[in-house]
Amino acid sequence: MSFPLLTATAALPALGAVATAAVPAARRTAAKWLALLISLGTLALAITVLVRFDPGGARYQLTESHTWIRDFGVRYELGVDGIGVALIALTAVLIPFIILAGWHDADPLETGNRRWRPTQGFFALILAVEAMVLISFEATDVFLFYIFFEAMLIPMYFLIGGFGDRAHAQGEEAAATQRSYAAVKFLLYNLVGGLIMLAAVIGLYVVAGNFSLQQIAEARASGSLHMATSTERWLFLGFFFAFAVKAPLWPLHTWLPNAMQESTAPVAVLITAVVDKVGTFAMLRFCLGLFPEASRWATPVILVLALISIVYGALLAVGQRDIKRLVAYASISHFGFIILGIFAMTSQGQSGATLYMVNHGISTAALMLVAGFLISRRGSRLIADYGGVQKVAPVLAGTFLIGGLATLSLPGLAPFVSEFLVLVGTFTRYPVIGIIATLGIVLAALYTLVLYQRTMTGPVKPEVSTMPDLRVREVLVVAPLIVLLIFLGVYPKPVTNIVNPAVKHTMSDVQKKDPKPEVEAVK
Amino acid sequence: MSTPAVHSLWTTAADRIPQIGAPKIEYGQLSPTLILLGAALVGVLVEAFVPRRSRYYAQVFVSVVALCAAFAAVVGLAADGYGTTKAHVAAMGAIAVDGPSLFLQGVIVLAGLVGLFTFAERRLDPAAGGNRVDSFAAQAAAVPGSDTEKAAVKAGFTTTEVFPLLLFAVSGMLVFTSANDLLTLFVALEVFSLPLYLLCALARRKRLMSQEAAVKYFLLGAFASAFTLFGIALLYGYAGSVSYARIAQVVDGSVTDVNPALADTMGNDALLLIGAALLVMGLLFKVGAVPFHMWTPDVYQGAPTPVTGFMAAATKVAAFGALLRLLYVVLPGMRWDWRPVMWAVAIITMLGGAIVAITQTDIKRLLAYSSIAHAGFILAGVIATSKNGVSSVLFYLAGYSFVTIGAFAVVTLVRDAGGEATHLSKWAGLGRRSPLVAAVFAVFLLAFAGIPLTSGFAGKFAVFKAAAAGGAAPLVVIGVISSAIAAFFYIRVIVLMFFSEPKPEGPTVAVPSPLTMLAIGLGVAVTLVLGVAPQYFLNLANQASVFVR
Repeated sequence: MSFPLLTATAALPALGAVATAAVPAARRTAAKWLALLISLGTLALAITVLVRFDPGGARYQLTESHTWIRDFGVRYELGVDGIGVALIALTAVLIPFIILAGWHDADPLETGNRRWRPTQGFFALILAVEAMVLISFEATDVFLFYIFFEAMLIPMYFLIGGFGDRAHAQGEEAAATQRSYAAVKFLLYNLVGGLIMLAAVIGLYVVAGNFSLQQIAEARASGSLHMATSTERWLFLGFFFAFAVKAPLWPLHTWLPNAMQESTAPVAVLITAVVDKVGTFAMLRFCLGLFPEASRWATPVILVLALISIVYGALLAVGQRDIKRLVAYASISHFGFIILGIFAMTSQGQSGATLYMVNHGISTAALMLVAGFLISRRGSRLIADYGGVQKVAPVLAGTFLIGGLATLSLPGLAPFVSEFLVLVGTFTRYPVIGIIATLGIVLAALYTLVLYQRTMTGPVKPEVSTMPDLRVREVLVVAPLIVLLIFLGVYPKPVTNIVNPAVKHTMSDVQKKDPKPEVEAVK
Repeated sequence: MSTPAVHSLWTTAADRIPQIGAPKIEYGQLSPTLILLGAALVGVLVEAFVPRRSRYYAQVFVSVVALCAAFAAVVGLAADGYGTTKAHVAAMGAIAVDGPSLFLQGVIVLAGLVGLFTFAERRLDPAAGGNRVDSFAAQAAAVPGSDTEKAAVKAGFTTTEVFPLLLFAVSGMLVFTSANDLLTLFVALEVFSLPLYLLCALARRKRLMSQEAAVKYFLLGAFASAFTLFGIALLYGYAGSVSYARIAQVVDGSVTDVNPALADTMGNDALLLIGAALLVMGLLFKVGAVPFHMWTPDVYQGAPTPVTGFMAAATKVAAFGALLRLLYVVLPGMRWDWRPVMWAVAIITMLGGAIVAITQTDIKRLLAYSSIAHAGFILAGVIATSKNGVSSVLFYLAGYSFVTIGAFAVVTLVRDAGGEATHLSKWAGLGRRSPLVAAVFAVFLLAFAGIPLTSGFAGKFAVFKAAAAGGAAPLVVIGVISSAIAAFFYIRVIVLMFFSEPKPEGPTVAVPSPLTMLAIGLGVAVTLVLGVAPQYFLNLANQASVFVR
């Protein structure tokens, strides 16, 4: 038996979480270093996955398969396709930066209580989330996926509810109340989504008798498994609902601004750049893969919802006064693009959507983490409290600008490529929707540039005048992300090479072909 | 007419019950019950003859040995094949020795053992009169607040009678799950109920509340018993027999010979319907299903917490065992009559329990309503009327018992000057002060909520799967919705423990003896093992899911 590389990729952060949690209270710094080392080790394993993965090979590679709970027809089945590999790499890349950015976020205020070890808890929870996200990207058994999709909520919930920004305008008491509100809202939305999916998972078992993606696909191809149209549609809705909450898609998005606003910047990045990707990833793998007919049936409605997400998210982002909420609404708009690309059912659209997941992860991380550094300096999230930062902290302002430009999809930076692909992919099949979606880009320019202008330019506000520039640790966090943004903006081929074959499989799952280019003769 | 096919899905035919002959008692097969009854009697003698200071040790010794022996006997019987191939009806048709009864007897005995550990805990309350004391009243007969009571407390008395009472209750429950005729069922019901009524009244602190709970439990329980008895009488009138096998045959029409003394009533469907309804009602009362749940919150809150934990776990197991046997062995012929009714009961139980729990402010009441919601989930498995339905219910009950006892054991640890601090507001910030205790309780709450990787999820998945396969998809959807509602209040407690600031004069967490630690540790271990690697136990439940008839 070969080395179970995929299991190892997820097991390392899981064990690391336990080890980090067990570090004694006084050895806080050791816990931080341990967590960082573990996340770097996971990155090394993820890179091995990337290298070992052969884009031209079988659909699912590095597979592992063991019986787990026979009575439920559950197998421990792992395997990655190109989309999975891209997202595993994204996750493994981002976590070390998240840990490094959150280096001081969980230092305890009171040192007397020896039992209370928030620092250890914070980093252990981040690693636990990483482990669960990785296994969700790897699982090719629906039940296995579901278990970690749900279990992920628990560490996320503690990260949101337990750790917030240090300085809060309304004092610690109010901050704690708002934090636990945000955490509970996050959990309830996702739990309800997950439980509805559970009903669909049970339904799938009753229909198919097992949960293996490959077995179900084979059974359908050979005709031994027949799903009635209405059954398939109900099951699709159950799955899609859960993923739409997670993604989040309008009108199920309202938990995201609260969660991102109240959590620390690294945790906000973890939510939007890593955990939410599981939702869009699962739409591609499970919704399209298991229920192709129902996916085609639901496409018009989903496209409209995605379109609303794009425009609505962008419009609300324009109106925000809180920096983190602004980024949250921008993310909702971007998730709209991703879902649009998935359900446009063209190969450009789906490649673009996958690429978008990766690029959005990196660009949001860059923007949000710099915003976090900014907020920690001034102790306020309100845009109005800033002004003229670029004169006092030019490096900070510069990196913030690049993050912002990436968010508005400036050509040359990574998100541009993916947004362009999504729009092209949508336009070839649904020209009107493609045109409306372009509005999102215009609005993105508006909210990002206005944000930059109000916070960074203009006269220096007195509270800002003593603001220190980025420290070495902070530069270490931001610089590699910016390098990645530029590199993938100029040369996206490494990612598209991996993703494209997987997208072909998905397209054949839903039995869709790209529309032929049609040009009407101009007289 | 031969035996109908539907029936044979979840029952196997036993030898025909001899109608005449000397009573033949298979002592070996009844040994779990007999061991416990014997030990309970020894316990009574210990009360009478052993000096007061040694009683505690003698009682704990006798009870632990008896429960371990009973468990060994159950395992031995199962290993001998009495759960599968040798399943049959023993003791002249009174007791069924088969898979479900052995599985549930094993669970009840283990629940009894773990419950006993919490009963025997003596490090939580401050010592009285130089003696370590447990959670039970110094002298049950002393009026609360009277001089006699003060004298008893000062002398450091303890009520060691609780141990034989526990053994009596457990042995009654063992018979309850395996009773194969209606009279045995009723006797077993009383044998396990009466000790529980007594145990409920024995709290050391808040004695008035405890006694109130006991009186409520007793009165409502007596009503339920009366309904049960009336139902039994009507069914006898209908079938001319109290034997399960005989009634089943009369119900499905394979036996038509009329007992001359009952010529007017036999075969009268009205008697069957009313009788069955009353009987099921009595069992639903014990299960704590809506609308027969009114006693649950008051009794759970008032009873001494170790008793609550034991009762919540073991009574539910025993009552569901009896309910399954009744519906699957006696009344399968009329399942088109009882299924719609049980549908309705399951729906209102799931939703009712979950919704009312939201407004609770006392942790014990909250867990009581949660247990009602769980009864609803288990009913969904019962309604499946399939072999999978039986095995899923067995599995659910096994997982649920350990979570419940563990959770109530944690409740006994959180204390302030007035004893246990059960008001939720006092639990604020517990996670800061005692992260380990809070984390353990969070594990139990997550298991109750059915979060993956806990036994609660595996159990819930099993019953919902069986229900969906049995054509009860709407029930599954409602179950899922009420799970979501229920999750809200479990999460609320977690929020309170971890995200709220600790109150300055908040409760302290007592350091328990190894006994309670063992009970809690077992609860956590079982919760995680059944959540992560349930296959072995699912197999066990699967093998045990065929009733003898």
